[in-house]
Amino acid sequence: MDNVIEIKDLSIQYATDEGIVKAVNHLNLQLARGETLGLVGETGAGKTTTALGIMGLIPDPPGVITGGEILFEGTDLLKLSKQRLRAIRGNKISMIFQDPMTSLNPVVTVGDQIAESIRIHEKLSRAEAALKAKDMLELVGIPGDRYGEYPHQFSGGMKQRVIIAIALSCNPEVILADEPTTALDVTIQAQVLDLISKLKKEKNTSMILITHDLGVVVEICDKVAIMYAGEIVEYGSLEQIYDQTAHPYTKGLFGSIPDIEAKTSRLKPIPGLMPDPSNLPEGCSFEPRCERSCQRCKEENPPLIEIGNGHFVKCHNYGKVGEGEDV
Amino acid sequence: MLKRNKKTKKGFWHDAWYRLRKNRSAMFALFILGLLVICAIFADYIAPYPYSLQDYNHTFEFPSRKHLLGTDNFGRDILSRIIHGSRISLLVGFSSITTAIIFGGLLGAVSGFYGGKVDNALMRAMDILMAIPGMLLAISLAAALKPGLTNLVIAIAIADIPGYARVVRAAVLTIKEQEYIEASQCIGASDGRIIFKHILPNCLAPIIVQATLGMAGAILSASALSFLGLGIQPPTPEWGSMLSSARQYIRSYWHMTAFPGLAIMITIFALNILGDGLRDALDPRLKN
Repeated sequence: MDNVIEIKDLSIQYATDEGIVKAVNHLNLQLARGETLGLVGETGAGKTTTALGIMGLIPDPPGVITGGEILFEGTDLLKLSKQRLRAIRGNKISMIFQDPMTSLNPVVTVGDQIAESIRIHEKLSRAEAALKAKDMLELVGIPGDRYGEYPHQFSGGMKQRVIIAIALSCNPEVILADEPTTALDVTIQAQVLDLISKLKKEKNTSMILITHDLGVVVEICDKVAIMYAGEIVEYGSLEQIYDQTAHPYTKGLFGSIPDIEAKTSRLKPIPGLMPDPSNLPEGCSFEPRCERSCQRCKEENPPLIEIGNGHFVKCHNYGKVGEGEDV
Repeated sequence: MLKRNKKTKKGFWHDAWYRLRKNRSAMFALFILGLLVICAIFADYIAPYPYSLQDYNHTFEFPSRKHLLGTDNFGRDILSRIIHGSRISLLVGFSSITTAIIFGGLLGAVSGFYGGKVDNALMRAMDILMAIPGMLLAISLAAALKPGLTNLVIAIAIADIPGYARVVRAAVLTIKEQEYIEASQCIGASDGRIIFKHILPNCLAPIIVQATLGMAGAILSASALSFLGLGIQPPTPEWGSMLSSARQYIRSYWHMTAFPGLAIMITIFALNILGDGLRDALDPRLKN
């Protein structure tokens, strides 16, 4: 299977007055064509920074990409000129944002906002682009005659559909969806997720879905990467992550979800907070919160090791202390 | 398709117009300014006499039925001169503010959008301009250039540029942090497109308010410069220069100074009231 996106050893830092914030540390990630990868982690784990890094939109200053490569169809995006990058953005790689309320320009009609993206990348006349934009609106389930309306005339779910239409308007190879359903209520969430996965299948688009909702992941992802403090701690197929959970952090995440069937009176949250990214521990970044920490964890940052077919985990203690034990 | 409620179809500008309409004093000001614009456009038809017609048998006449606002030292009808003078005042006010907005807006947008060194260099240059009192700057510019309409506009515009640059920069700084600007970068839009299509249309409200208030200032500056002899030259009627030539007769013939002065006052007053009204109408915090 060929990889559309391959991230190798990517590190991104923000230089602030308080110190250097290590947002992403030596991150490796592959995205195969047509595949959906769920990038899961709590707030501040570096998920959005990774996505912005792929788009080449890390705010600089203060953000600096300190190392690594982001290969898109074999070319390193970090080495491209601004013009070349602009031609890829929106055309080959596009992004769906978290908050539909603020991601549309309030003074431009929704149709024009879709047509704009088409006209930037394809040599079409105004009328042709408008026609195509209307088709896109219909595709995401909005009547085409609402082309000339402004964003404030749409509900949140409708706006998110418009944003999906913009993202898909140029038939991109990759969609980066940054928590596309977080700002929506649950029923609309389901509709939007269905829409995304349907359109994705039709067009054989690859997608990186950034989320902290494991329920969303299970619905549309093929692969899952769990991120913690700027690193990937566990990576594998959906089944591997959900059924053969290996990393204590991932186990902790599952332990924090209420289960309808199990009769537990209390959830089991992970104790403590994520480490300050400007002052990461020397060893494993999860060590201070880990139930299975040992001396080695404090001193040495564990590497990502393969424990099964395409299943990676970043832990010293995997397989040592009674495997399969419930955490 | 379902018929949507009419009320929800209102846009931002529609709402603003609705709020402005509820403000009586602002509507009155708008009415006065409308009259003034009509006067300026149709001056040739409205004015009872040509503005330069000299009648030496009727000099220094007080207001009468024949000359509603009296005549001046050359026997020219003051009402006609005031009506013609509105042309100059509105022209100078409008064109100098437009020039100032274009250049100030561009400088402000560039420095707000790019930030960093560009911002620093441009804004420090604006600070230097701002350190010189506006009137003094306009006077020295008008004196350095030759007196005349174009140079008057240039002098006033340059003195006004820093104000607009600051207003636009402040607005751009807030707008560019919005998510839809990031979104437009994500569809591969160029910087120019983002600035002109996505940022500036969203900063219109503060610019409009500043422009209305600024126009009053510009008309006042134009009158002041003409009063000092650095603006419009006689015989072209201009309110400030009418005041200036009438000032030696102020003790015996009050009407020669009073009416041009009143014309200036009413215009400035109307513009300021309208500016205040617009500021209230365009302020989203007052939305309800």
